[in-house]
Amino acid sequence: MAVVEDFGRSPISACPACAVVPAAERIAALRAELDGRIMLSLPLAHCAACISTVEGALSAVPGVRSARVNLTLKRVSVEAASDVTATRLIEVLSAEGQEAHELDPGLLSTTETDRQGRDLLMRVGVAFFSMMNVMLLSVAVWSGAEAATRDLFHWISAAIALPTVIFAGQPFFKSAWASLRVGKLGMDVPISLALILASSISVYETWMSGHHAYFDAAVMLAFFLLLGRYLDHRTRAVARSAAEELAALEVPRAVVLEDGVEVERAISAILAGDLVLVRPGARMPVDGVVIKGASEVDRSLLTGESLPVWAGEGTLVSAGEVNLTGPLTLRVTAAGKDSSLHRMADLVAVAEGAKTRYTSLADRAARLYSPLVHILSFSAFGYWMWATGGDLRYAINISAAVLIITCPCALGLAVPAVITSASGKLFRKGLLIKHGTALERLAEVDTVVFDKTGTLTLGMPEPVALMDHPADVVAVAAALAAGSSHPLARALAEGARVANVVLATVTDIREVPGHGIEGMWQGARVRLGRADWCGAAPVAATATYLSLNGQSHALTFTDRPRPGADKAVAALRAVGMKIELLSGDSAAPVQALAERLGIADWRAGVLPAEKAARVAELSAEGRRVLMVGDGLNDTAALAAAHVSISPATALDAARVASDIVLLGQDMAPIADAVRIGRQSARRMVENFVISGGYNFIAVPLALVGLATPLAAALAMSLSSITVSLNAMRLK
Amino acid sequence: MEILAILIPVSLLLGGIGLAAFFWAMRTKQFDDPDGDAQRILTKDWDDRPKP
Repeated sequence: MAVVEDFGRSPISACPACAVVPAAERIAALRAELDGRIMLSLPLAHCAACISTVEGALSAVPGVRSARVNLTLKRVSVEAASDVTATRLIEVLSAEGQEAHELDPGLLSTTETDRQGRDLLMRVGVAFFSMMNVMLLSVAVWSGAEAATRDLFHWISAAIALPTVIFAGQPFFKSAWASLRVGKLGMDVPISLALILASSISVYETWMSGHHAYFDAAVMLAFFLLLGRYLDHRTRAVARSAAEELAALEVPRAVVLEDGVEVERAISAILAGDLVLVRPGARMPVDGVVIKGASEVDRSLLTGESLPVWAGEGTLVSAGEVNLTGPLTLRVTAAGKDSSLHRMADLVAVAEGAKTRYTSLADRAARLYSPLVHILSFSAFGYWMWATGGDLRYAINISAAVLIITCPCALGLAVPAVITSASGKLFRKGLLIKHGTALERLAEVDTVVFDKTGTLTLGMPEPVALMDHPADVVAVAAALAAGSSHPLARALAEGARVANVVLATVTDIREVPGHGIEGMWQGARVRLGRADWCGAAPVAATATYLSLNGQSHALTFTDRPRPGADKAVAALRAVGMKIELLSGDSAAPVQALAERLGIADWRAGVLPAEKAARVAELSAEGRRVLMVGDGLNDTAALAAAHVSISPATALDAARVASDIVLLGQDMAPIADAVRIGRQSARRMVENFVISGGYNFIAVPLALVGLATPLAAALAMSLSSITVSLNAMRLK
Repeated sequence: MEILAILIPVSLLLGGIGLAAFFWAMRTKQFDDPDGDAQRILTKDWDDRPKP
């Protein structure tokens, strides 16, 4: 360590050219750092010890230059030599007991969003500083400073307030200009007008050594409105970064076979005709035809079928399906933008466009408010011009006072404060609000449509009445299942372990990809797998078959409901929701689940388009639909619904289409979300009423010319504080 | 009232120092990881010597 430090303090180089070298080295190092930057998500990190463990373990890996944990985002960014891979670091961390997942840094545009947030926060800080100082001087004026003292105080206030308004008001000026250019009167037009008018009239009054100056009102206006804007930005930034993180978890790489050599390549660089190797447990990165290998594929995310489908040479597979048992080599038919997964994205884009048509409460309030303020202010100006016989100074003073007092401090803060408070509450419960208006839309919902596989169920089977089978059957089946990673086999092994089954001694266990597992038991061949392979008659349920001593046994499974699903359904019914279950799966498992959860309206074998049609039909009946789904087959319905929720395990397309993402496994928070949504819509309306109430008292005072700067300051700060406190009452 | 000639510059200076401190904090990314910074104070790493 000492050596390094001494080196760092090395004396100034003798020759001028040498002085340049360290800089060049530093630039090279910087570039290398950017190249070797690895981002890992640490979902379980929560304490000081976690930080030390992770940073210590990572720094000990050769090649790692630095590792820095960000506990707020639950991430660690590692700067390392290019030969250090994320897989290696994840192994190191899991040895320390820390779960870690690789993130795709390309999808995490944190620096961009941070810059915007930091910019806004800087303006908030400046406005706050000026507000405090100007207020200090204003209090002196209000308490009776006279003549030269008052003028001096006004001049000092001007020196502080004018640069502040110019700097801090920029976001408003820019957006007001943008909305004026397209011929609209946005919220920011009256705000900008009030800021400019208040500042310029105060300068004029100061010049004329008048009694009233509104410098404090101008900076206070800027401060409160910027605060609302910052809250709004932060809520969206948090949601965006969490959503980006979910997307970045799926690092888009695939193994391509080039002349028989396995090469890892980005999915965007794969072309039709390439050969792609998909290992068991991996998701198909592209659409393609199987040319080698046999396996079973899980299509539940695409179609809702809970039973895996056999795949062998010639089978068509689509991106998003999961390969279960054997390695498959695919010839790519469509990749990237042409794949079926991406075509779905177009559909989502269309639906997203439809969603932005929803006008939020704030928009409706602003639409009512903007013209009203302008009319009030101008008519006050006109009236006082007439009443005073052309006293321009007095009339402008009145109309500026009207603009300042009606200015939507509370309006700009009312909605962001409620949304910040509500989305913070929901985030702690494991729900991520992606859309600002999602809460309001959630409050209007009266019908809930659920998908089955992966939504109400975990998509993880559990054996039914395993112990009712003869002991031999269970012992042999469990022994065979223990060696496989097929979901049914894993469920069987887990079920046997829970029931304390002593495994039979089966030798020569061999997995036949796409068919099942076979082995030798007491000198006879035993098989566990598909019905036709085991010589069994298929039953009408999710099942695997065991052939033993010439006899076959069907071991049936049921999909495990998501924890909290029954609670969520019961709670939603208790608040008067109509509940439906639409599934692409076959009738038997859908009916079983519907009965288990007490859902009367259920449909099985529903195609993706039919789901969307059903949602549209319900909407046409005047119902507001909440759609909860996870698969590609739900995407259209998710986008068509009034508001939608998808679990974090859902396909990227489904998550993009939905407004709210369920981060945990538990489903119970959905009922909370509806409750909090209704509550926050109520708080927003209350906040509008409160700020309207202040205006109702203050505007007449301003119109008759009784509003002093003190009255304006009081009305503004009181209404802003009241709406913020009201927003925090959310439970 | 002559005291004002001292008090006003003093109050502006103090406010300005606060503003400068805020600028410095923003520039050096002090607000990027509030949870982590709150926890880091509890670790024993680099207690004996500063981080190189």
